[in-house]
Amino acid sequence: MAHSYTPGLKVTEKAIVKKERRLPLKGTVLVKKGDIIKADDIVATTSLPGDVERLNLAGKLGVPAKEALSFMKVKEGTEIKKDEVIAESKGFFGLFKSTIPSPIDGTVESYSEITGMLTLRKPPKKVEIDAYVNGKVTEVIENEGIVLETPATFIQGIFGIGGEVKGILKLLAPSPDYVLKPQDITDEMKGMILIGGSLVTNEILRACVSKGVIGIVAGGINDKELKEFLGEEIGVAITGQEEKGITVVVTEGFGQMTMAKKTYDILKKNDGKRASINGATQIRAGVLRPEVIVTYDVNTAFSESKHTELGMDIGSVVRIIRQPFFGAIGKVVGLPHQLQKIETEAHVRVLEFEFEDGKRIVIPRTNVELIEE
Amino acid sequence: MKEKNLITRILATDCGSTTTKAILIEKRDNEYRLIVRGEAPTTVEAPYEDVTKGVLNAIKEVEELAEIKILDGENIIKREKNEGEGVDIYISTSSAGGGLQMMVAGVVDKMSAESAARAALGAGSIVMDVVATNDKRLDHERIKRIRTLRPDMILLSGGTDGGTITHVVQLAEIIEAADPKPRFGAGYKLPVIYAGNKNASEEVGKRLEKNTALYIVDNLRPTLERENLQPARDKIHDLFMEHVMAQAPGYKKLMDMTDVPIMPTPGAVGLLIEAIGNRDKIEVLGVDIGGATTDVFSFFKKTFNRTVSANLGMSYSISNVVKEAGLKNIMRWVPFEMDEKDLRNRIRNKMIRPTTVPSTLDELQIEQAISREALRLALEQHKAMAVELKGVQKERTISDAFDQSASGSTLVNMLTLNLVVGSGGVLSHAPRRVQSALMMIDACLPEGVTRLTVDSIFMMPQLGVLSTVHDQAATEVFEKDCLIRLGSCIAPIGNIKEGQEAVTVRFEGEEHKVNFGDIKLIPMELGKRVKAMIIPAKSLDMGIGKGKEIEADIEGGVVGVIIDARGRRPFTLPDDEKSRVEKLTKWMKALNVYPEK
Repeated sequence: MAHSYTPGLKVTEKAIVKKERRLPLKGTVLVKKGDIIKADDIVATTSLPGDVERLNLAGKLGVPAKEALSFMKVKEGTEIKKDEVIAESKGFFGLFKSTIPSPIDGTVESYSEITGMLTLRKPPKKVEIDAYVNGKVTEVIENEGIVLETPATFIQGIFGIGGEVKGILKLLAPSPDYVLKPQDITDEMKGMILIGGSLVTNEILRACVSKGVIGIVAGGINDKELKEFLGEEIGVAITGQEEKGITVVVTEGFGQMTMAKKTYDILKKNDGKRASINGATQIRAGVLRPEVIVTYDVNTAFSESKHTELGMDIGSVVRIIRQPFFGAIGKVVGLPHQLQKIETEAHVRVLEFEFEDGKRIVIPRTNVELIEE
Repeated sequence: MKEKNLITRILATDCGSTTTKAILIEKRDNEYRLIVRGEAPTTVEAPYEDVTKGVLNAIKEVEELAEIKILDGENIIKREKNEGEGVDIYISTSSAGGGLQMMVAGVVDKMSAESAARAALGAGSIVMDVVATNDKRLDHERIKRIRTLRPDMILLSGGTDGGTITHVVQLAEIIEAADPKPRFGAGYKLPVIYAGNKNASEEVGKRLEKNTALYIVDNLRPTLERENLQPARDKIHDLFMEHVMAQAPGYKKLMDMTDVPIMPTPGAVGLLIEAIGNRDKIEVLGVDIGGATTDVFSFFKKTFNRTVSANLGMSYSISNVVKEAGLKNIMRWVPFEMDEKDLRNRIRNKMIRPTTVPSTLDELQIEQAISREALRLALEQHKAMAVELKGVQKERTISDAFDQSASGSTLVNMLTLNLVVGSGGVLSHAPRRVQSALMMIDACLPEGVTRLTVDSIFMMPQLGVLSTVHDQAATEVFEKDCLIRLGSCIAPIGNIKEGQEAVTVRFEGEEHKVNFGDIKLIPMELGKRVKAMIIPAKSLDMGIGKGKEIEADIEGGVVGVIIDARGRRPFTLPDDEKSRVEKLTKWMKALNVYPEK
């Protein structure tokens, strides 16, 4: 039988997490290979070129593009201040001179004798990136960033919003199917990352933002409420840039979804510990899933939990990821080789699935995902 | 690569954004035929991040089904002789990794910029943005946009040869100031293709040579009256291989495995559509609805056009179809009542788990409803792009003054359209072929008489690339194994009162009458072709005037002949939910679209 590579999310207590921290442009790396660093440490910095302002110099002076250069009072490469005179026309016998002030603070970049346009550039913006998680620098990417490694508890979600945040995990849901209530969110939770149960609503998200909660991890979210919270519809599955004051990591999917027991148990164990989470999701190629990372001391020795990469077999534990029975967890008890006809009349590769109570159904093989044991 | 006449076993794959499909073709009894097909999830994503894993999995399935050994570990066995294990050639197309994403720039948005967009689209690219000197943005806004989009490459055009150079140089200056970086890999320069006024090449070079990888090709609009897109398209293909593919996970390995360069999937499909139009001298519309994008190809008035709707698709982009079409437009095709909250969650769950398939009838109907809207929107976008050249001076006569079509009107004409070719998972894999036929009719609303076909198992991309190395094999497999002839659609234009007699179709002593508001299926076997008289009602039009009868060739197929008297210009559905559901149910029953529950 051909291997069935069924994409599964990584949910593991013991993983070696590698993180690449890279600048958007080349810059300076501030740490060395072998350094032990903390999540908040700045590891690399650079200056993003400032925004450009283009000025129709020849037009403003009322001269042909080729001649405007001779009226310039500043040279290419010089720094200029706002309102500083950058060009001046000769006028008529010294009268009726027109002066062109700089619209910005910045530098004179270039003048084009073809178009008569002068390019000015605003001062560069400083960009810093931090380590995001505690760890050891294992590689320095020259002038660009680093790769760091750390033993950690690592949970991938299925969908999220909002970018990287760091804070203390706070277990709020007494069980994985619990639905958070607004009164559960209190002022003491400021700066924390909450562990919810099966559903996070628009009301909860708003309550979290108003109390200063920076992140929330839950099983499910209703799309309609997400739209209400964001104030717009998410079109393509690329998130992480939302600036709503909170990062959300959804572990199971849309709708009310009991958090997988394993995920819940691991999060529960880490109640009170500091975590780094990121809601950024990109489902297209180069896939990015949201994540929760709780690091151990870098010197903690352990063997990594095995991540299922080889595919599905009889006995594999899987979760159904499509209606009906969405979210149900059970065992693979049959992997018939031949295509089979299902309710839609489509002929597909199927598997026989056994629920925890022993009931069995036949479903398309692509409608399950592997769960690590 | 082996000589053409020695090639008897061909392996071809297409790496889609969701699924990797492999086909095996063999020459048997002196003709090339499809032997088996295998597929596996595409593995560009983490944790695999290596496209070849999915390719090898799909090939393994082919091996099992064909009972032929093709792989030796992770290597494809290439045969010395024409016997035994292995294959003679291996070829591949790809749209995984987000395909090719480009930004184009031109002086005037409706002229050189539009031509540049057509060149990029025709080469199989997604056009992320079109910058033009008259696009009403300020320079700093354009610069910011170029910087944030991070395209795979930029195509710059503008000016006719010998014309003014100022504007195109200005665009070069904007690109220079933006100092754009490519999407993949920080270590190399962004490719920029210049295909504008040749007299400006030197000045453009001065501005862009330092910070970008600049390539200069022939002007794509040498005069206002002429487009010359091929040199730019060829360069795009070369750079796609050199830069974009080489950066995507696992592609270096895949490039070593193939015997000819990997082609972008839509480019390969386009080759086929254009070939059909030219060969049969007909007007063709091709639609390929994928997971992330929907491509539309057309061949009207001997002009080939292709557009890609980057964010209309059935998995990754499924939520965007809902966003752009609106939930109400999706719901109008669902033949049962449904709670909005539930529908939204189901669609989102498909988005986040794109490889799942519908396992219940309801789920299938929802997906097919969404596909209608994705196709409809993609076709609208195509109509806007597939236009006559703008800016061309036309001598006008008195009769033209009464003709509303102006320079730049769309080439797509649903009345003169002869053939629709549907492709992509939702059309190729629909459990009943009549489902594909109705999805295409509902989305495209063909008028007059139109033949409908689908790509049987979604192998047009592989055959497209095969046609570049072995035309005979590609044509034979396309005719015999790929194209499924569904039948014909007869649709009069106009609207009359519901229930009134709308159209009569007569052939071979048979007479079929259909009332307005109804749709009817007349079985006609595959391969049968008859001359039919089609008589529309007094206020309806079959293309030559209201109430005028026409004689037309009607072709049968695996579905038959569909007489669609539900109205055109406009086609409408009832607003209130109960009557809408009743109507949809009636139509679906009339064509036996779904199994009885």
